[in-house]
Amino acid sequence: MNALIYAFLAIGAVFNGLGAVALLRFPDVYTRVHGATKCTTFGSIFSLLGVAVYGFAQGGGIGGTMAVRAFLALVFLLLTNPTGSHALARAAHRAGIKPFRAVVDRLEERR
Amino acid sequence: MIVALPFGVAAAVLLGFILASMVRLGIGPTAADRAVALDTINTLVVATMILLGAAFGQVVLMDVALVYALLSFVSTLYIARYLEGGLK
Repeated sequence: MNALIYAFLAIGAVFNGLGAVALLRFPDVYTRVHGATKCTTFGSIFSLLGVAVYGFAQGGGIGGTMAVRAFLALVFLLLTNPTGSHALARAAHRAGIKPFRAVVDRLEERR
Repeated sequence: MIVALPFGVAAAVLLGFILASMVRLGIGPTAADRAVALDTINTLVVATMILLGAAFGQVVLMDVALVYALLSFVSTLYIARYLEGGLK
C-alpha cells in the first residue's frame, strides 16, 4: 500500500512538472494549452488517487471522508479541465491569434 | 503505519511548479497565454490543497479545494468568453 501511494505521488509530481515545463517552453498559445492541460490533468489525477488510497488505507471516519473528498475532486477536475481548456483555445482562435509559424489557417477559411 | 510526510513533500514540489507557472502568468505575450497559465495554476492549487489536507489531516482544506475547483472552472469559462469578444 505504501509503495502504491509513493508511486502515485511520484507520477503526479513528474507529470505536473512536465505541464509546468510545457507552459514555459512551448512557443504558442495552442501548444501551451495542449501541453499544460493534458499534463496537469493526468498528474493531478494521480496525486488525488494517492490521497484517496491513503484515506482508504487509513480507514476510520476521517480517512473515509478524505478518500471521498479526494475522489470527488478528481471527478470534478476530470470533467471541468478539458472543458475549460477547450473554451480557452476556441476563444484564442476567435480572438485572432495565429499559431506559431502558420502560413495557412483552414479553420479560419471555413467560418 | 503510513506516514503523512510524503504528501507534504509532494505539496512542496507542486508549489514549486505553481511558482514556475507564475512566470508565464507574468511574461505571457498575449492575454490568452495568461489565461492558460491561470488555468494551470488553478488545477495545481486544487491538487496542492488536497495534498496539504492529507499531510496535515485536515478535511477542511479538501472542502475548500472542491469549491475552488468549481469556482475556477466558472471563472475560466467567463475569461474565455471575454477573450472571444464579450457576451453577444
